[in-house]
Amino acid sequence: MTTTSTQPRTARRPTTRDLLTRADPRRRWTDRIMHVVITSAFLVALVPLVSVIWTVVSNGVVRMSPYFLSVSMRGVYGGIDAGGIYHAILGTLLITGLATLISVPVGLMTAIYLVEYGRGPLARAVTFFVDVMTGIPSIVAGLFAYSLFALFLGPGVRLGAVGSVALSVLMIPVVVRSSEEMLRLVPNELREASYALGVPKWLTIIKVVLRTSVAGIITGVMLSVARVIGETAPLLIVAGVIDSINTNLFEGRMMTLPVYVFRQYSQGLVPCSPEAVECVATINYDRAWGAALALIVIVMLLNLVARLIARYFAPKTGH
Amino acid sequence: MSSTDQQPTRPAPPAGLRALVERRTSRDLAGRLFSATATGAGALILVTLAAVAVFLVVRAWPAMTTPAEELADAISWIPEGTTLLGYVGPLVFGTLLAAVLALALAVPVATGIALFISHYAPRRLASPLGYVVDLLAAIPSVIYGLWGGLWLAPRLLPAWQWLADNLGFIPLFREPASTPPRVIMTVGVVLAVMILPIITAVAREVFLQTPRLHEEAALALGATRWEMVRMAVIPFGRSGLISAAMLGLGRALGETMAVFMILSPGFTYSFELLQAGQHQTIAANIANQFAEANPLGVSALIATGLALFVITLAVNTAARWVVARRKDFSGAN
Repeated sequence: MTTTSTQPRTARRPTTRDLLTRADPRRRWTDRIMHVVITSAFLVALVPLVSVIWTVVSNGVVRMSPYFLSVSMRGVYGGIDAGGIYHAILGTLLITGLATLISVPVGLMTAIYLVEYGRGPLARAVTFFVDVMTGIPSIVAGLFAYSLFALFLGPGVRLGAVGSVALSVLMIPVVVRSSEEMLRLVPNELREASYALGVPKWLTIIKVVLRTSVAGIITGVMLSVARVIGETAPLLIVAGVIDSINTNLFEGRMMTLPVYVFRQYSQGLVPCSPEAVECVATINYDRAWGAALALIVIVMLLNLVARLIARYFAPKTGH
Repeated sequence: MSSTDQQPTRPAPPAGLRALVERRTSRDLAGRLFSATATGAGALILVTLAAVAVFLVVRAWPAMTTPAEELADAISWIPEGTTLLGYVGPLVFGTLLAAVLALALAVPVATGIALFISHYAPRRLASPLGYVVDLLAAIPSVIYGLWGGLWLAPRLLPAWQWLADNLGFIPLFREPASTPPRVIMTVGVVLAVMILPIITAVAREVFLQTPRLHEEAALALGATRWEMVRMAVIPFGRSGLISAAMLGLGRALGETMAVFMILSPGFTYSFELLQAGQHQTIAANIANQFAEANPLGVSALIATGLALFVITLAVNTAARWVVARRKDFSGAN
């Protein structure tokens, strides 16, 4: 019975501990509601991710076949059940390859400049404008590449190489940023040890700094390739649209995967007459989904391999 | 090596040392060459950026200097009596409208995601969850366009019809909602999805930098988790959040394919978000007209591209400036 006499007292006057650990109901409810709101914000972001991947995969596998991957669109018309993406894959690989060849040396050397040599106003300007350059709209990069080549080759120029230049403008700042970060991770002790052995600075950079950070740099390059490989707008205006295979970057139009997706999408439904058995009304959309699947697989593979390289070959930071 | 010419003025060193010295000077040459190449690459970035501006101006010049009547005569898609400025105006308006719409939808969600990853999710899950959001950025824009045009748009139609039916009295949602919903509202949703990852990534970084002591002090004073976030994390990250939003804005302004593949274009200053054929963005307009344009038309399109370049440059520079200023502050802490 003695316990009952103390119970009401604590109920009337909460202890200090109660005051500190339990917020009043309104604050507690706000806290809970915000917890739910914030968690659901994350779930909301998952909806488009899952639905994009799901629609691309489920619609894309319909047409995906060795045949689809190995033929071009030459001679394909109307709703006939034929045509593939070989020419587009080839074009994408060539154009992106040349863009990588241009961007990696420039980007890497710029990163080396910023980390190892850069002092004073030039370095500050480069750092700032690399950031600004990341924000150039892709279509403006396309217009720039077009203007540059039109100056030498006359108006109406459409070449794979112009597309590569446009992609390089988009790719260089990404390469610089990621390489710079990787070079900064190299511990200074390694550089100093190398200097102490009498190795000149440039050799130290090549033999010690670059060798230590090579995995990270490769990761960064692959991620930047993954970023530009899906660029559509600049390639649409400077590399053009074509139905047959073209392997020459410096001659004639060149098809790429993203442009192919767009091209098929914009052609829309095919008007089929009821008696035409061979005609598939949605053939253009099916091809678009198929090509989209191929593109997304390439991008995701690049991302995955890049992350794996980063994880397994990362330099051990001396902690 | 040419440097051996200078050797006789000094006392001749022993043969072994001399070889060493010679090797050193040749190395110095390589070193100078290397550092010059690196500096050159850095300068090339500045040159490229300047070249982008210069070439755009040079190519846009013919259209900018041609009188309005001639321009309208020569270019089929510029209506009679419209100057180049009058042509660019609605495009700039459409570009800004789409981007601002995307931003309004994306910023609250991105802030929520960033807070979830930085302060609500278990620590071990933070980086995998961040990676999941980053995957959204890896998907090419043309695929967003395809998805938005074929999958999302039909599914958004009921929502837009509901908005028009119930909130139609607000001019923004004037009824009836267009069918199919190739409207700027749909574009806004798709653009919002596309800029989510960049806003989230920057906001997450900023929120993670909140001083541990501020958070613990708030909790020690009896704050709930939300109150701690509101009092310690958000004030600390506000400028970072603003610059994140501006980076997202820059991305949304320049986005081409998603807009081009979804929006049914029109050239008006209209705030009716659910009406088709009212808006067009600069980037989508270039992609649309470029292939069939005559030389003067190309020049006019490049002039619109120049306007886009200037706008995005201003937005991005402002965003970077805010970030840089913030960095200076946090360095002092």
